[in-house]
Order: sequence, then structure tokens, then C-alpha cells
Amino acid sequence: MRKQVSIGRTVAWVLLFILLIVTLFPFYWMLRTAFSDNTQLPGHPNSLLPVETTLGAFKRVLGLSSIEEAQAQGGSGAAVNFWLYLRNSLVVATITTVCQVFFSAMAAYAFARLRWPGRDKVFAVFLAALMVPPIFTTLPNFVLIKNLGLLNSFAGIILPGAFMTPFAIFFLRQFFLGINRELEEAAMIDGAGHRRIFFGMIIPLSAAPIATLAILTYINSWNDYFWPLLVGQQENVRVLTVALGVFRSQTPQGGPDWAGLMAATLIAALPMIILFLAFAKRITNSIGFSGIK
Amino acid sequence: MIFIAPATLGFVVFYIWPTLRGAYLSFTEYSLLSAPKFNGLANYDRMIHDSFFWNALGVTVEYVVINIGLQTVLAVGIAMLMYRLTKSITVRAIILAPYLVANVVVALVWYWMLDVQVGVVNTFLGWVGIDPVAFFGDSHWAIPTVAGINVWRHMGYTALLVFAGLQTIPAYVYEAAEVDGSTEWKTFWRITLPLLRPVLVMVLVVTMIGSFQIFDTVAVTTQGGPINATRVIYYYIYERAFTRFDFGYASAMALVLFAILAVVSLVQLRLLRARESDLA
Repeated sequence: MRKQVSIGRTVAWVLLFILLIVTLFPFYWMLRTAFSDNTQLPGHPNSLLPVETTLGAFKRVLGLSSIEEAQAQGGSGAAVNFWLYLRNSLVVATITTVCQVFFSAMAAYAFARLRWPGRDKVFAVFLAALMVPPIFTTLPNFVLIKNLGLLNSFAGIILPGAFMTPFAIFFLRQFFLGINRELEEAAMIDGAGHRRIFFGMIIPLSAAPIATLAILTYINSWNDYFWPLLVGQQENVRVLTVALGVFRSQTPQGGPDWAGLMAATLIAALPMIILFLAFAKRITNSIGFSGIK
Repeated sequence: MIFIAPATLGFVVFYIWPTLRGAYLSFTEYSLLSAPKFNGLANYDRMIHDSFFWNALGVTVEYVVINIGLQTVLAVGIAMLMYRLTKSITVRAIILAPYLVANVVVALVWYWMLDVQVGVVNTFLGWVGIDPVAFFGDSHWAIPTVAGINVWRHMGYTALLVFAGLQTIPAYVYEAAEVDGSTEWKTFWRITLPLLRPVLVMVLVVTMIGSFQIFDTVAVTTQGGPINATRVIYYYIYERAFTRFDFGYASAMALVLFAILAVVSLVQLRLLRARESDLA
């Protein structure tokens, strides 16, 4: 399929270039706005560079400027504490990811490598759960968490996702199935139990897929909005996504604090952008697998 | 057995039990304050006569159609571009980037860019002589706008799925087509697209199931407005359950949504089975 330089090919490159710009522009605009002075923004809607470059918006969002200062710059003056929300997001995403990946790996091992009666039927039931739309289980789960007295607690936010997701088990099972059985048998002859095989052999051999799953789980958990919105409204457990929604509804209606809002979104998105830059190749390559299998 | 214990516990408590309980709640009147009261099919009867429910369903379908249509066409186009021009991992990473930031973040950035007065998109439109559009404030534009935002977020992800599918088409098929003197355009319609069908069906179903459950973007930008124009089914269920504490009714609507998605999945299975004739 080697083609010489042709009109078609040039057009294609131009299209691809436009596509990349459309993809990246909103990120740039977020950055440009976050570094702008909010009171000057409306006068320069099409300035490509930040308007009156300032760190004011970040200070406002992180609670580093006084209420008067914040109001003078178009903020609502309401106290926002993004450090706290950042911590909460870190706690929720980290615990969810560690528990979910670990327990799912254990279950995937049982489904892939151990023989026990009814195994395939149980696995089919787990898979069937992928069909149930989240909203359907969310309502009763909310009732359950409420009855357990766990509303507005980290436990309430984390528990439903901590043990497993059908997808995580399915994803890891695929890899575990591919591990050479002779290795396992050799280990068994040497007297290794399932526990030693799992920790000493399966996990190290599957480090790459486990890491991929962990990254994807972390991103999903970090970005989740609906569940933390329902069970984690209070300040002490509010995660960044929920905080952004609150911050948006707090900005004054007349001339919204766009710079502050963009500074806040940037802070909320930054950890994921960094994670992505660090693992772009791994994440990108996993997409084909995760969707199709 | 110890290996499967934690996952099973989580599965039973947070998947199986709530599924059964959700089905039960849909036949009750339940306000979260007192025990659920069984009321037979009353919720379903109410749903049939609830114009807001039908509006929500209609708005959701409108969203799904626009979202899926636009996204699929763009994704196939992008995947073809990447496949024919560059296998660069950087290009792939860039188009995937929007998918990795939270819906809430995406919604807020576009909310800002699409602002009627100072949004940059309206500035661009001004340059080509188009009057400012109230993307979120105009009931005709609200749903297409929300759909467009989500297309921006998801098209790269979908394109990568299609791209993975393109790579499974054996090279000899193309070589044969070239030998036969097929034009590029013809090859695409006669060979690439048909061979891509299994992947496309899968992509369509996954995105359709996902887009029926649109919530975050609406919750952050329009909150159902203007005048119910974006009150999608997920958002309506949320409102009923958590602002009116009408849990029984909300559960009934969730069950109907579940049924709709199950039908979509069944249709998918049919279509998938039909693929066997494609690549003999």
C-alpha cells in the first residue's frame, strides 16, 4: 500500500492535523483561561494567550487568597478547599484500585487455574452481571449504604467497587489462562501450594496486565461522579469531581468565575494527565484488547 | 476457595442482591423513610401516563441517535486516517486523551468554550459571520450540544477500537483488491467496511449502552433544562430518587431502562452470529 505523494494523501494529512488540533484545543483553552485575570476575560474572548497572566485563579481555588481578594477577582468568595478534595480523591481512588485489582486477581486465578465444581457456571453468572446497567444496582446500593449508616464516609464510597468488577476478573482471567501449565505443575511438585503459586508465580508473570488494569481502574475511579455524588456530599469526604460540580454552581450568575473554574478543572484533571503522560503507551495499547475481547 | 471469597462477597452484596432488590422495589412505594409498601403495578401504570417519562425517553433516544451516528462515522474516519497515514503512538495517545479526563472536567471546559457571550466557539462562529448560538440555553441546540461534547470525548477511544479491528484484516485481501484495480474508495466500501462489521457491531452496542446512560454532562451543564429539553432518562431517574425520594418509581424506570438495554444487547447477539459468513 505504498503511495506516492498525492492530493488525496495531502488532504488526509491536513484532516489528521485538524483532528489533533480539535482534540487538543480545549486542553489548551483550559490552561489559557486558568492563567487569566477573570475580570479582564470578557474583554478579550479571542486572545490566544492568557489575559493579564496571573496565578490569582489558582490561589482562589486553593484557598490561598482572602475572601475580599477572591470577590474582587470575580470569585464567589465561598470557601473552597481543593487540597482536601484532592486528598479525598487520592484516598478513594487508591484504596478502590488496590482492593479491586487484588481481589479480582484472586478470583481470576480461581476461575482460570483452579478446578472446582460449578466453576464455569459461576463465571457465567459473573459475566452476566456486566449486562446490568449501573443505575439499576445503584438505587438499592444507596439504600444499603444508607441503612448501614455509611453515607458520607469513605467506606460508603469505596465499598461497592472494592471487591471486584466483572470486567476486572474477566480481563485478568484472559491472561492467567495463557500461563504455561507445566510451570505450575513443576512448582506443585516442589511442594508449592496455591497461595505460593499465586503470589510467587502468577502475579509476577502477569505484572504487565495487572499494571494496565490498575491504571485503568485508577483513572475510572478518579473520574467517577455519580456514586460519590450520591453518598459523598459532605465536605470531609467530597472528591474532586463532586467538588467541581459544587464549585460550578457556586460561581456568581452574572459574570461567572471562569478563570477560577478552569483553574479548578485543571487541578482536577492534572493527576490523570500526568498518569497518562507516564503510561500513554500502555494505556493506548490496552484499548484494543479491553474493548474487543 | 479462599481465592474467590472476597470477590464473591462483593458480587453478592453489591451486584446480585441489589439487582433482586431493585426489581422488588419497582413494585413498591418507597420514600426511604419508612419500609417499602408493595403496590403492585402502580408504578408502571403511572409511568405510562407520565409525560415527563416519555419526554425523557424521547430526549434520550434523540441523544443516542445523534451521539452514535456522529461518533461512529467520525471514529471510522479517524481510524482509517490513522491506519493509512501513521501508526504513531503519539497520534493515538493524543486522540485518546479526552477519554481519560473526567466527564465533569470535559463538561466544564465545553461549558466555558460554548458560552453565548464570551465563549471562544462563538467568537470563531463570529469570524465566519454566524450569530452567537446559545448552545445550552436553546432547547433545540441543547441535546445536540451535549451529544457533540460526548462525541469529542469518546471518538478517539472508539477510533482506537476500530483501528484494532482494521489491523485484523489480512493484508492479502487488500493486495488482491489492488491487483484487480479497485479504487481506494471502492475498496473501502466493498472490502474494509464489510470485514469490519463484527467490530462495528461490537462498538455500536458498547457505545449505545453507554450513551443511554448519559448523566454527568447533563448534571454539570444544563440540569435537564431548558424546559426539560435535556432531561434524559438517567437524569430523570436520579431526580425522582434523590430529590423527590420517589424510590419505588425510580426503580421501576430503572428496570425499564434495563429492559431496553437488554433488548439492544440481544439484537447485538443476533448480528454477531450473522458475522460468520463474512471472512470465509
